[in-house]
Amino acid sequence: MQSSDRIILDPKQFELTIKRLSHQLIENYGDFKDTVIIGLQPRGYFLAERIHQELMKINAKLDIKLGSLDITFYRDDFRRQETPIIPNKTEINFIIEDKKVILIDDVLFTGRTIRSGLDAMLAFGRPKTVELLVLINRRYKRHLPIQADYIGKNVHSIVSERVKVNWKNIDKEDKVILYTPE
Amino acid sequence: MSKLSTKHLLGIKYLQKEDINLIFETADHFKQVINRPIKKVPSLRDITIANLFFENSTRTKLSFELAEKRLSADVINFASSSSSVTKGETLIDTVNNILSMKVDMVVMRHPNPGAAYFLSQHVDAKIINAGDGAHEHPTQALLDGYSMREKYKDLTGKNIIIVGDITHSRVALSNIFCLQKMGANVKVCGPLTLIPKYINSLGIEVISNLKEALEWCDIAMMLRIQLERQDTKFFPSIREYTQQYGLNKELLDSLSKKITIMHPGPINRGVEITSDVADSNQSIILNQVENGVAIRMAVLYLLAGRVD
Repeated sequence: MQSSDRIILDPKQFELTIKRLSHQLIENYGDFKDTVIIGLQPRGYFLAERIHQELMKINAKLDIKLGSLDITFYRDDFRRQETPIIPNKTEINFIIEDKKVILIDDVLFTGRTIRSGLDAMLAFGRPKTVELLVLINRRYKRHLPIQADYIGKNVHSIVSERVKVNWKNIDKEDKVILYTPE
Repeated sequence: MSKLSTKHLLGIKYLQKEDINLIFETADHFKQVINRPIKKVPSLRDITIANLFFENSTRTKLSFELAEKRLSADVINFASSSSSVTKGETLIDTVNNILSMKVDMVVMRHPNPGAAYFLSQHVDAKIINAGDGAHEHPTQALLDGYSMREKYKDLTGKNIIIVGDITHSRVALSNIFCLQKMGANVKVCGPLTLIPKYINSLGIEVISNLKEALEWCDIAMMLRIQLERQDTKFFPSIREYTQQYGLNKELLDSLSKKITIMHPGPINRGVEITSDVADSNQSIILNQVENGVAIRMAVLYLLAGRVD
C-alpha cells in the first residue's frame, strides 16, 4: 500500500456494511420467495457469496438461489482492447424467468458492466424485476443511465483513481481502497 | 496468455501448444453458451465474415456458419460452383472483390494446398483455413483434440492411431501436428500406397496390420478413402480395402481393452467403419460435430481482433 492510497472501508466497516445491505434486502424481500441472487464475475460474485452467507446467518431457513454471471461475450468494448478478454465461468443452475433478481457487483462506475450484465442475464429468461446492489458507488462518473438500488458506500473520486475491493479469502483482508495507478 | 500467437489460422503447424490450450479453454465457455436457452452472444456484432467454399462441404460449412451466427457476426456465403470462378477469375481477384464489400474475416476451403497461406500474404483480412487440398484442416484437428481432451482430460502419453487414406487427408496431417503438440503418441495405419513418404520425418511410425494397431491405441481415428483426390488406383478394390482396414464390431469386441472411435466425417458406412461401430457407445463421432461449433466460435472470437 502506498501513501496516496486512501482506505474507504476498513475491515470493521466492511463487515458492518455487508450486514446492513443484507438487512436491507430482508426488509424488502422478506422470505425471498421467487427471488434469486446473481453476482457478476469475477469480483461481484465474491460480494454475492458474502451477502448470501450473511442472509443465511440471519435466517437459516431462507432458501435463496445464488448464481454467477460472466459478461465477457456481452461487453461493448470487446474489439477495442489490445487482446481478447478471457471469460470466467457462468453458473446459473436455475431458471430466472419470472423471478425477482438481485444483481450484485462490487463497484459501480461507468455502468457499462451492468448494461452488459443485464444483456447477458436475458439469455437465461425474462426476469420479473431486477434490482442492483453494489458495495461501492462511484458517483458522477456514469456513462449510462444506470443507478444502484442498494449501495454500500458512495465515493467521490476522479477518473484517474481506481477503487479496489479486497476480500478476506483471496486478498487476506476485507477492505476497500482508493488509489492512483502509476 | 490471452492472445493467439498468430494473426490467421492457416494450419496447426503454425500454432504453439499455448495457442491450442487457449482455444480449448475459450471453447469450454462457448460450449456452455450454446447449451443455454438463448444460444447467441453479441461479441462479433460489428464483424462481417465471408465463407468462401471452393470445394464441397456440409459439416464444416454449416458449423462455421452456425458459429458465426451464434457470435452475431454478419455472414456472406460463396460457393465456387455458382460463381464467376467458372468464368476464369483468379483467387485473388475473387477475394479482393469480396473484401471491397468490407469483410473482416475470410473462412476459406480450397482444393489447392497452401491456398489459405497464399491468400494471407495478399489480402488484408483475417484468414481461417477450412481445408486446403490435402494439406491442413486446422479446425477439424482442434475439435478432434478437444473431443479427446473432453473424454480423457489430458492426452499426454495417450496412444492414438489414424487409420486409412493418410496421403490424401488434410485431417490426418492437422491431427498429427495437433496431437503431437498435446503430448500424445500418434501412429498411422493403412495400405502403404496411402501412407505418404514424408511420414517418418514427422516422427510417425506406421503399423500396417489393423488389429495390431488397434491393440496398441487408446483412440482410433478412422478416415474415409478420398476417391475424389485419387488419380490412380492405390489399392485393388474397395472390398479388399474393407477386408484389410475396415473396422467392424467383431474386430472391436475382440480387442483386449475398450478403445474410443472417432471419425471426422463424411462416413462411408460399410467401407472404413461399419454402422454398428459408428453408432456404438465407444464412438464419439456426434460429440465431435457438437464440439465443432464451440471450437469454431473460439477461433473466430480469438482472431477477431481490434477495431482500428
